[in-house]
Amino acid sequence: MKRVYVNEKWCLGCHLCEYYCAFAQTNKKDMAWALKDKKIFPNIRVEDDGAIHFAVSCRHCAEPICVKSCISGALSIVDGVIEIDKDKCIGCFTCILTCPYGAITPAENGQAIQKCELCVRTAEGTPQCAAHCPNAAIVYEDRG
Amino acid sequence: MGSFDLMPDYEVARNYDRCIACRVCERQCSNLVHEYSEEIGRMTADDSKCVNCHRCVSLCPTRALKIVQSDNTYKLNCNWTSKSIKEIFTQASTGSVLLSSMGNPEDYPVYFDKMTINASQVTNPSIDPLREPMETRVFLGAKPEKIERDANGKIKCNLSPQLKLAMPMMFSAMSYGSISYNAHESLARAAEELDIYYNTGEGGLNEDFYKFGNNTIVQVASGRFGVHRKYLNQGAAVEIKMGQGAKPGIGGHLPGKKIDSDISRTRMTPEGSDAISPAPHHDIYSIEDLRQLVYSLKEATDYKLPIIVKIAAVHNVAAIASGIARSGADVISIDGFRGGTGAAPTRIRDCVGIPIELALASVDTRLRKEGIRDRVSIVAGGGIRSSTDIVKSIALGADCVYLGTSALLALGCHLCRSCQAGKCNWGIATQEPELVRRLNPDIGYKRLVNLMRAWQHEIEEIMGGMGINSIEALRGNRLMLRGVGLNEKELGILGILHAGE
Amino acid sequence: MMREGQVRIPSGCAISGIFSKSGMKFSGKDIVKSIGVMHDRSNGLGGGFAGYGIYPEYKDYYAFHLFYDSIQAKKDCEEFLNRHFEIAHCSEIPTKRTDGVDNAPLIWRYFISPHTTKLSASQLDEREYVVKCVFRINAKIDGCYVFSSGKDMGVFKGVGFPEDIAKFYMIEDYEGYSFTAHGRYPTNTPGWWGGAHPFGLLDYSVVHNGEISSYDANRRAIEMYGYECKLLTDTEVITYIIDYLHRKKGLTYQEISWVAAAPFWQTIEDMPDGDRQIHEYLRNVFSAQLITGPFSIIAGFEGGMMALNDRLKLRSMVVGEKGDKVYISSEEAAIRIIEPDLEKIWSPRGGEAVIVTLDGGGA
Repeated sequence: MKRVYVNEKWCLGCHLCEYYCAFAQTNKKDMAWALKDKKIFPNIRVEDDGAIHFAVSCRHCAEPICVKSCISGALSIVDGVIEIDKDKCIGCFTCILTCPYGAITPAENGQAIQKCELCVRTAEGTPQCAAHCPNAAIVYEDRG
Repeated sequence: MGSFDLMPDYEVARNYDRCIACRVCERQCSNLVHEYSEEIGRMTADDSKCVNCHRCVSLCPTRALKIVQSDNTYKLNCNWTSKSIKEIFTQASTGSVLLSSMGNPEDYPVYFDKMTINASQVTNPSIDPLREPMETRVFLGAKPEKIERDANGKIKCNLSPQLKLAMPMMFSAMSYGSISYNAHESLARAAEELDIYYNTGEGGLNEDFYKFGNNTIVQVASGRFGVHRKYLNQGAAVEIKMGQGAKPGIGGHLPGKKIDSDISRTRMTPEGSDAISPAPHHDIYSIEDLRQLVYSLKEATDYKLPIIVKIAAVHNVAAIASGIARSGADVISIDGFRGGTGAAPTRIRDCVGIPIELALASVDTRLRKEGIRDRVSIVAGGGIRSSTDIVKSIALGADCVYLGTSALLALGCHLCRSCQAGKCNWGIATQEPELVRRLNPDIGYKRLVNLMRAWQHEIEEIMGGMGINSIEALRGNRLMLRGVGLNEKELGILGILHAGE
Repeated sequence: MMREGQVRIPSGCAISGIFSKSGMKFSGKDIVKSIGVMHDRSNGLGGGFAGYGIYPEYKDYYAFHLFYDSIQAKKDCEEFLNRHFEIAHCSEIPTKRTDGVDNAPLIWRYFISPHTTKLSASQLDEREYVVKCVFRINAKIDGCYVFSSGKDMGVFKGVGFPEDIAKFYMIEDYEGYSFTAHGRYPTNTPGWWGGAHPFGLLDYSVVHNGEISSYDANRRAIEMYGYECKLLTDTEVITYIIDYLHRKKGLTYQEISWVAAAPFWQTIEDMPDGDRQIHEYLRNVFSAQLITGPFSIIAGFEGGMMALNDRLKLRSMVVGEKGDKVYISSEEAAIRIIEPDLEKIWSPRGGEAVIVTLDGGGA
């Protein structure tokens, strides 16, 4: 299955992935209209520590603890992608506590969680963080 | 000492309707031009620090940025231009030599742009490169004077060492130090994939790149940095650098701050101390000394490698080339005055040397007149920008071309001409690890391969149009060129007819 | 109007050749008939013939054929010839008034051999000495042009259709073991006799149909070796390439064909070890002698003939055989008209040389 992989050797810490992720979620045509004067809630976040930068997002684990821990059945695995049904999510945030990677965050409204769904529901249909990474530090590929 | 504040030449123009304050410009600018102001909640810019490298423009996700030429001006004066005035102000306050990088940007005639290429009509057919083989393979090296045969009359292959290239292009010398590890890796991998050569420049060869030796030309220059037996024998050819088009007559200077431990090890110079290449080779004060070095290097490499001698295109380049051809060198490389550099005194870069087109034509003509053109191959470099510049160079008489600036452009260089500062935002002309990592060789080498393949296709297309299906039939084929808007003297030196003739 | 040599004139053409492998001599009648069939491939602006074995009584002498523009030119040239050669015999070349052949220059021939003292003083090989003298006359003496300089062979050419030129020179009266012919279709006309083909140097003669795209690369390379390209024609440069590769570099005619119409690299890569290296060597060393663009040529030489097409076969050329005779022509009809009952006829592939030599050996 194709997943998003990050190579910290090439990550520049430019944080563009966060903006492209946030933009993808809006399904709007122009990033300036979509994100102007808005706080962004990306599903990928660059961790910076001096010389090291690393973009973190959901790994779509084969045996995901988040799905197991979900008490309302809002998280499910669809074709290997861990998806969130926001109508079912009751905002208990158990998944946020269990995810060892910190890849799940509260949604903008605080009523549910949000996470990377590999852009399956966005207009582009393919992960925008990888598509727009200027240094190929984030790649979307099948490594088995 | 008092100094006047100089108004910047370029200004950062930000469209605040589009800026989302993502701060990528701020994070990516090594010159600290951009800054987010919490106070006003907007991005700000200090134009005076901007070198116009376009890193921020390229990465801005909303296209909110552009760099514009400042319209601030001194009172207009055709003699005392703003440029002259500013340079005087700068030198009056610093007392220093003006420094610049990359090639001569001044407004000299570009002869490539004043020559047009022929095509077949009616009396002979053009050839479709999609249907017929179109050959771009080139060999560099001396050709034997005599054909020898064995007892059965079979021809003996008595060739001296040769370079074999899939297309008539090579990446020119750029040292590890002047450019980054990742830039070198990109060049080396591209050369290997394309079946051509790249050149170490005077900075030695990092052991990581020994594996690309079959596609490497190792350079020996006046500082002899990084030269040792293993280094010499690692390459496919050895180049003696006598001069460089961007700065004929002077040496090189790699500032100590660019010499980290890896570069220090590769160059065999102390970490952190300046590496200075002298202006001349202090063992070469005349042509007979050059001959000695040529043969010393041949000895050191067991006569297995061709020796290239690289010179800057200066006024008497033809006579110099003739001397080199008789010195035992296998290849002469001529670097025109538009050739690039990592750092050169501005006055030298802009006012010393001659255009490659004229230098190449006069060298080729001279060697033919003396009957020694077969003894050497000619590589032309210095400002070659496109496949048509290559076609024109070959028609003027070059066997092959060296590409430096165009290769760097493929890697991301935006010709801001600030390499000497060592803060290249594109990860090319810098040794700062944070900046070097911006050039991912996986991307870089593919872009080089793309560019070379694209040019190869164009060369094939143009050759097909001329009815030529092998590049050697183009070499020195000056009837395939016509001058447009050139005077008799220029046409005479180029050895071409005027359009309409 | 500029004369040929001051300006480069491309042309399309017809070529034909007949060779007797046994060395049995035959009259020039057949070659005239053959080239005459291809009338429409010429436009009356050039025709010519080369015959081998036609001067048995003077076969040890170089036969120089000269065009003179004036009596003065003839005087100057003969003075030069007298200084450098022993002249065994000289005469005007017999011609006949022919409609369609005008403005003929003075046409003379000389059977000569180099002065032994001059030759040894020059320290040149005899053939090189002769070549140098040919170049000297053509370049330095106004109004003279040596258009044939081999032993026991001769070139006859002029401005007109080839069949008219044949009448003019009475080609039917010559007997030889090998003939070539040329009808020319130049794309503009200075109408100079020297510009007609065949082009000859020593015993090498070339008739050529095509327009080579490598011309200036070939010319500038060959001029470096002391050849002076005065006519700026393909035929001239091809003749010099053959002379250079054969006489100076010692290549065989087969090897010459591998250089001039080299196999493509992709073909070479599939060759067996040994052959591959030789082809790579020849293409590398003689890269400036590769000829590109359309051509079909027949190169005559002492004791043989070579027919060669460009590597893509962009010009027609067929070869026929009957008994000891080999026929080569731009068109099959031009062979059938003289030998309708051929044993074999084929169209050689691009770059595939057809080399025929006298049975008793030769070149």
